[in-house]
Amino acid sequence: MTDTIIQAEKLTMGFDGTSILEDVSFSVNAGEIFIILGGSGCGKSTLLRHLIGLQEPMSGKIVIDGRELTGADAAQREAILAHIGVAFQGGALFGSMTVLENVALALEEFTTLPTPAVHWIARAKLRLVGLGGYDDHLPSQLSGGQQKRAALARAMAMDPKILFLDEPSAGLDPITAAQLDELIVHLSEILGVTFVIVTHELASVFTLNGRVVMLDKQAKGIIAEGRADALKNDRSNEAAWRFFNRRLK
Amino acid sequence: MTPKKPTRKSDARSLAVASMKIARQPDGICIRFIGRLDHRTSGRCWRKTLRLLDRQMRPIRIDASALESADGSGIALLAYFKEFGRANNVPVEIEHLAAPLAALLERYLEEPDVEAVVPPPALSVVERIGKLTVELVGDVCGQITFLGRLVLAGMKTIFQPQRFRVGDFLRFCELAGANAMGLILMLGFLFGLIMAFSSAMPLRQFGVEIYVADLVALALVRVLGPFITAVIVAGRTGSAFAAEIGTMKINNELDALAVMNLDPAVFLVLPRVGATLLMTPLLAVAVNFAGLVGSGLVILSLGYPLVTYTTHVQKILVGTDVAVGLTKALVFGGMIGAVGCLRGLQTQSGPGAVGIATTRAVVTAIVLLVVLEGIFSVMLYYLEI
Repeated sequence: MTDTIIQAEKLTMGFDGTSILEDVSFSVNAGEIFIILGGSGCGKSTLLRHLIGLQEPMSGKIVIDGRELTGADAAQREAILAHIGVAFQGGALFGSMTVLENVALALEEFTTLPTPAVHWIARAKLRLVGLGGYDDHLPSQLSGGQQKRAALARAMAMDPKILFLDEPSAGLDPITAAQLDELIVHLSEILGVTFVIVTHELASVFTLNGRVVMLDKQAKGIIAEGRADALKNDRSNEAAWRFFNRRLK
Repeated sequence: MTPKKPTRKSDARSLAVASMKIARQPDGICIRFIGRLDHRTSGRCWRKTLRLLDRQMRPIRIDASALESADGSGIALLAYFKEFGRANNVPVEIEHLAAPLAALLERYLEEPDVEAVVPPPALSVVERIGKLTVELVGDVCGQITFLGRLVLAGMKTIFQPQRFRVGDFLRFCELAGANAMGLILMLGFLFGLIMAFSSAMPLRQFGVEIYVADLVALALVRVLGPFITAVIVAGRTGSAFAAEIGTMKINNELDALAVMNLDPAVFLVLPRVGATLLMTPLLAVAVNFAGLVGSGLVILSLGYPLVTYTTHVQKILVGTDVAVGLTKALVFGGMIGAVGCLRGLQTQSGPGAVGIATTRAVVTAIVLLVVLEGIFSVMLYYLEI
């Protein structure tokens, strides 16, 4: 039996009293690649922001690794956040720090490891994402794909149980995007980490080969769930089928 | 009693500590890792390792059979041994490591695919002075070029007035003028008050306190009114222009203007400079008025009637004084607007770029303000105005 690591129950979320998603429920199993898919404006990134505790839902419950995130106080939130890592869409690397310092930051702040150990671990994480030798580069000296890799290394610095990635392959050329997707699959295999990935890139969805939930703007919720191959061929779900097959009507 | 809330650091301390047993053998040393090796528990092992490898040149055998689990940071410790062995030609063997962890270890040990970045050599004092001089000359040239562009843009707009963005100009007039009025009045009033009090004390010794009115009125209208106004406009509006245009540059909005064949000098700079050019003299009038009210209050508090104060002010101030003050304010206003826009247009890339542009805008404006005030003083002295 697989363990559930994220449980979202009847989530309603939005801004200024207007809901974007209503009554959304799903669960994520430990160690799987879970993909949140949907068109622009369907609430993918909003859902992610709720899952990582940056926003509170209007109603509903989020449980991460057995601890309830919704309504958690500062100490409880800190305990939950210690087990998650997040790589934002643009990388969100600290521009005034080198790549190594970006990755080492959390280790320096939250562990009692000696400085040489922190630097070595950060260097190892950079090697893991294929950025060995880029330690002293500033984020501005990296390409878009490299910045995303560095952001992934920073997200992995504390060896979290869950990694949330917002649009990891957006804005990258097909080859770089495919390399990044393959890296995520590889890391999932060797680290056993749960990946929650928000994307609208179909090519990435097929490379990542994870379980997909598809959100829809009109439905304000999940309209399909399953493996990408199955959803692509499932004509019974009109909206999902059109999305996967890039058909207008 | 409420239990102490756990923090990430205290969490780390409360967890079981991984241990590392070192056995010295004739053919080298054997290290046995026991327990869970992760970033929370491996601190002691790391310290022990760093001490050990500081003086170790014998073969190392690592036994991972008692390793319950390890995370990325734990495996990084094993990779550190391997890397040490590779760098120092010391054989390092790792035994009984679970397959997924061995795969992670392999990944950590992959050779970097680029050369390490070599930092540029430090400059000598002479080189630094030379570099600064070149930058300073370049900056002055940039300012002159920008002034030329601005004049050209202004002339173009005179012949094609429809190109002038009236809506933007009015918006900037509101931002630079109307929105600053409260602050200007308050500071002008306080400044007049302070000047009057400060000068009343020495003048009292000679029994001529009433000349406070003459002193404050003349100093305020000719020099300090326009100067204070300009400092406030530089800090408030000039910096805002630099920040706004700097952000536009970072967002590629200036590139968008360029490819649309729109001149940033006409599109962005002229409305802003026009607004500060018009609003600074008006604000200077407000500062003068508020300052005179403030000093008037002091005169009243010293026991003189208001009519005496106004008579002194009327007698000492002539039209030329007001004209000198307003001319200065006009020049200062144009300079501040132009410098704010120039520094915004010169914004570099990076997270601190807009902040640097804003600082440079304020610093340059204040330096030029003092230089211009000096030029005005010398000119007015020789012209006997």
